[in-house]
Amino acid sequence: MGSLQQTWVYLHASPLFHLTLTLVAFQAASWLFEKAGRNPLLNPVLVAVVLIVSVLLFTGTDYATYFEGAQFVHFLLGPATVSLAIPLYRQWHRVRRSALAIGVSLLTGSLTAILTALGVARLLGGSEQLLATIAPKSVTAPVAMAIAEELGGLPSLTAALVLVTGILGAMFGPMVLNLIGVKDWRARGLAMGTASHGIGTARALQVNETAGAFSGLAMGLNALATALLLPILWGLLF
Amino acid sequence: MLAYLTLILTCQLAGEFLTGALALPLPGPVLGMLLLFLLLLIRGDIPQALGQTADRLLGAMSLLFVPAGTGIMLHFRLLGEALVPLGTALIVSTLATVAVTALMMRWLGKAENDG
Repeated sequence: MGSLQQTWVYLHASPLFHLTLTLVAFQAASWLFEKAGRNPLLNPVLVAVVLIVSVLLFTGTDYATYFEGAQFVHFLLGPATVSLAIPLYRQWHRVRRSALAIGVSLLTGSLTAILTALGVARLLGGSEQLLATIAPKSVTAPVAMAIAEELGGLPSLTAALVLVTGILGAMFGPMVLNLIGVKDWRARGLAMGTASHGIGTARALQVNETAGAFSGLAMGLNALATALLLPILWGLLF
Repeated sequence: MLAYLTLILTCQLAGEFLTGALALPLPGPVLGMLLLFLLLLIRGDIPQALGQTADRLLGAMSLLFVPAGTGIMLHFRLLGEALVPLGTALIVSTLATVAVTALMMRWLGKAENDG
C-alpha cells in the first residue's frame, strides 16, 4: 500500500503523467464532441481544459508542474503555425484573385475587433488598464501580449483573454456565419481567423481547406494589422 | 517526413531569428509560415511528403492549444474580479468581428468575381 501511494505521488508530478493527461483529456473531449453531433457548446479545447483544470485542482498540482509535461504538446504549436503555409499555397490562386477584398475586409474586421472590445469594456466600467489588456484579444497570443504590455495592460491576463476569444470564436463563429447566411468558404475562413486567430483557424481547417487557408492568412495579417494600428488608435483615444 | 519536419523547424527558427533581430511586430512562427510559403512559390509545387507532414500537424492543431488554455487557471481571480465587462466585451466583440469581416468579404468578393 505504502509503495503504491509512493509510486503515485512520484508519478502524478511527472511530465509523463501531465503529457498523458493532456492527450487523454483531449481525446475524451473530441469523442464527446462527435457523440453530441458536434454541438459547439462542447468545444473540445474548452472541455479538455475544464477536465485538466479539474484534475489539477483536485490533485493540488500547480500550472508550472503541469506544463513540464504539457510543454511537449505546446511546442508543436510553432511548427503547426509554419505548416499553415501548405494550405495557403494550395489556395493561393483564390487568395491572389481576391487580394483587395481580403485586405479591406481584414482591416475592417481588425478595427471592429479593437473598437467593439474597447467600447463595451468601457461602457461596463472597465479601467484603462483593463481596456489595454483586452484591446488586442483577437490576435495570436505572443503578439497580443506584446501589444498589451506596450499599452500598459496586464500581458498574462491578455493571454487568458486571447484563449477565451479563440474558444468563443470556434464555438459560436460558425453559428453567426450561418445566421447571417455567409456560405462562401473564403469569407467564412477570413472571418474566423480575424476574430479568433489560431483556435478559430484550427476549427476552420476541420471543416474546409479553403476556409482553413483563408483563416490562417487572416490570423497572420491581423497580427500585423493590430500591432501597427492599435498603438496609433490608443494614442488618439486616450 | 524527418527531412520536412527539419525544413519546417528551420523556417520557424529563421522566423524567430528575423523577428527578434529586426524587432518585427510578428511572432516568429507566423514569419516562418511566410518563409515556407515563399520557398513553395519559388519551387512551384508541394513535395508530397511535406504535404502529409503538414496535414498531420494541422489535423491536431486544436489539441496544441490545450496546454496554453489550461494556463487560464492562473487568472481565475483577475477574471472573476472583472467578469461582467470582460465576458460581455469578449462575446460581443468576437461575434461582431466574425459577422463584419464575413459580410465585408462576401460583398467585396462578389464584386471582384463579377468584375
